[in-house]
Amino acid sequence: MNDNTIIEITNLNKWFGNFHVLKNINMTVHKGEIIVICGPSGSGKSTLIRCINRIEEHQKGKIIVAGTELTGKMKNIANVRKEVGMVFQSFDLFPHLTILENLTLAPFWILKMSRKKAEEIAMTLLERVQICDQAFKMPGQLSGGQQQRAAIARALCMNPKIMLFDEPTSALDPEMVKEVLDVIKQLAHDGMTMICVTHEMGFARQVANRMVFMDQGEIVEENHPEKFFTNPKWDRTQKFLSQIL
Amino acid sequence: MTMLTDAYKELHVFKPMPDLPAPLVYVGIIGWLKENLFSSKINSLLTVTALIFLWKTIPPLISWTIIDATWTFSSHPCPTEKTGACWTFIFVKFRVLMLGLYPEQFLWRPILAFAIFVLVCALTIFRMIQTRLLIAFWFFLPLPLFFLINGGIGLEIVEQSLWGGLMLSTGLAAIGIIMSIPIGILLALGRRSKLVVVKSLCIGMIESIRGVPLITILFMASVMLPIFLPQGMNINNLLRVQIGIILFSSAYIAEVVRGGLQAIPQGQIEAASSLGLKNWVITYLVVLPQALHHVIPSLIGRCVALFKDTSLVIIVGLLDFLGMIKASAQDPEWLGYDVEAYVFCALIYWIICFSMSQYGKSIERHNQW
Repeated sequence: MNDNTIIEITNLNKWFGNFHVLKNINMTVHKGEIIVICGPSGSGKSTLIRCINRIEEHQKGKIIVAGTELTGKMKNIANVRKEVGMVFQSFDLFPHLTILENLTLAPFWILKMSRKKAEEIAMTLLERVQICDQAFKMPGQLSGGQQQRAAIARALCMNPKIMLFDEPTSALDPEMVKEVLDVIKQLAHDGMTMICVTHEMGFARQVANRMVFMDQGEIVEENHPEKFFTNPKWDRTQKFLSQIL
Repeated sequence: MTMLTDAYKELHVFKPMPDLPAPLVYVGIIGWLKENLFSSKINSLLTVTALIFLWKTIPPLISWTIIDATWTFSSHPCPTEKTGACWTFIFVKFRVLMLGLYPEQFLWRPILAFAIFVLVCALTIFRMIQTRLLIAFWFFLPLPLFFLINGGIGLEIVEQSLWGGLMLSTGLAAIGIIMSIPIGILLALGRRSKLVVVKSLCIGMIESIRGVPLITILFMASVMLPIFLPQGMNINNLLRVQIGIILFSSAYIAEVVRGGLQAIPQGQIEAASSLGLKNWVITYLVVLPQALHHVIPSLIGRCVALFKDTSLVIIVGLLDFLGMIKASAQDPEWLGYDVEAYVFCALIYWIICFSMSQYGKSIERHNQW
């Protein structure tokens, strides 16, 4: 493991009951890398990234994130979660708190930041995702695109080293997809390490350093985006691409 | 040529049509009447029937309760030729109905307690202080009020067997509600716990209490419990009954709260834990506020039901409001005024319960997201 590696996954296996969702996954992510995972539904791509901050528990294998191995130890899990931000398909903002309170909750309770400091940081981030005028509204009053941008800002509040995106635009109306993707592109441009599960192949082609194609719990192909889209190694990849492009 | 293209462009600029006024039959009073009372033949028939019913019942009710009623304050029963209600009876019995047999020389104590209670209610209803502070106020409110009414530390002790009337009913209900909401929440959380021991203890407690009528619990608390207590240990009857009420209410509130907890999507918990929040913080700041918000209507419903259920304490020998009404109606000097007594009783119960449910509605309106 060299200095540049930030996530190292070796021989990862996971079962839901008797169902083998992740089969012998090996993956290394370097600092600043942008990885896009794609694949048909049920292929285990969401489960894989949910294992990286232990929202899902893995049963076999090793995951090392920013130097900490994910085990049952609460302390390790807490350390990893400090370094990893996550954005979900359904935004999952806390509906009973204002956007600003959504953003300041974690810095206030985990980093023990003063309320004022946390709010300052939150406002800077809201400005970055261009919704600082929505700070005092409730999530329900925002459009889907704005909510997802707020959710990205909420994850960034903890100043993570790695961002995980789990189909961030799947629940959005088509006209709002772009505004969210633009924010993610901006993040990529700023050098954030990112793993993104998405079906937005145009976006993937633009930002990804590496494409990962999964099917039936296995990584079928890892490739440079240009090669991945024009000349995939495996016929399974080709078939998938022909279905969605 | 340019003129032509401009005109062409003009033609293709989208202009929305102006709004037209709605037809008169659909708006205003006529529109409302037509839509709500006379929308169909059956609806019209029902409207007319209801009007006839009201016309037959309301005027006699008003004349009995107000116009023909005796409103004077005297120590003698009303003249028999009057056909209306005899409110003199209520005036004479008022103190007993409100406070039971509480000694006259200490009357200022329950009155002061009542004033404090009303003050806190007003603070609550008009949202004059922060919610956190308000919860703390309510939580510690029973202590000073109990001290005032019971006595101790300088104040002369008043026997609890002398307490009664509406004071007893509201006291039992208020303490029941204040204590059983937190206990109920804990039971509900315990029931969803991953720790098998905690979970089965909570399920056992909730289900065994819910499987038994309140009357039985009150009997157990009042009659059976002393038998099981070790020699010399003595918990007074009122406290035993209060504990019975709290246990009963907690079990029901636990189930109400559990309903709310189940309505919280897993994604909320995942989002919170992905931020690194600890489990208890997630429960306290993310899950519970939302869960309680979902169940405000049924929670208020439980509080109203609990207030009415306190009237069952009459069977273990406590004279609450209803008990005092019944006792007053049987007073040999004032026979024949049962109707007045029970109408008054119903009115007071209704005012209190209706206020509670209105307050519940106002919380819902206030906290919409």
